[in-house]
Amino acid sequence: MAAELRIEIAGEDGIVAARQRARDTARRLGFGMVDQSRIATAVSELARNVVRYATDGRGEAIVRELESPDRGVGLEVVVRDEGPGIPHVALAMRDGYTSGPGLGMGLPGTRRLMDDFAIDSAPGKGTTVTIRKWHR
Amino acid sequence: MARVPVVRIGDVLVATVQEDLYDRDALHLQADLTDRLEHTGARGVLLDLSTVEMVDSFLGRLIGEIAASSRLMGAQTVVVGMRPAVALTLVELGLGLPGVRTALDTDKGHALLRRLIANGDRVAPRGRPSGR
Repeated sequence: MAAELRIEIAGEDGIVAARQRARDTARRLGFGMVDQSRIATAVSELARNVVRYATDGRGEAIVRELESPDRGVGLEVVVRDEGPGIPHVALAMRDGYTSGPGLGMGLPGTRRLMDDFAIDSAPGKGTTVTIRKWHR
Repeated sequence: MARVPVVRIGDVLVATVQEDLYDRDALHLQADLTDRLEHTGARGVLLDLSTVEMVDSFLGRLIGEIAASSRLMGAQTVVVGMRPAVALTLVELGLGLPGVRTALDTDKGHALLRRLIANGDRVAPRGRPSGR
């Protein structure tokens, strides 16, 4: 079974820890410099959302190695929290939309950096974002 | 936690940003540079990103804000040494850093700053007439 890493996010130190672990795993899996940068940046965006918007800035990131017969080796990161959730997910996925202090680039930008992107969120039930990058 | 060192060379403040910056260190750098500009009257800021492996939207925005606030305080900012992987990622993220001057390395950055300081922001690309 593929390795899995769990990183607790509690405040801004969690942002650095999550993106470093994700990058380390990407490097070990043989991802190139650009993909390592994309992965670290995407995880940084998602972890910062947790720190900014989730209850007490708490959540977690799970870094998983993937292996698929048709897509090869990949890396999956799940970032989730039990915060207030996003009322309008479609709106939050638009460039420049933000309900907070950011630029509104985080979620749409993260989707552009990754191969796969899924978000599950609703008011009161927290937010889970799953991203994947495949090794080509 | 390591703060970003800011060194004064002539009338230029040089900040060498380390590999993986915590948010608070980035915010401290912004405050430190503004403070130093006020007290030294420096005319230029050189942000060296050559060891930085990741610039996300937070740090990208901060770099833009440093350039904008420095300009308001009479100083020019040049970002140098951005790695190709970081540059590509920033563009894909949707942050092209408009309004931020860049140079490939520290030497070219200092040369650009010299010209910017001498000409007050109006520097034509090399080899072309300024048109002004």
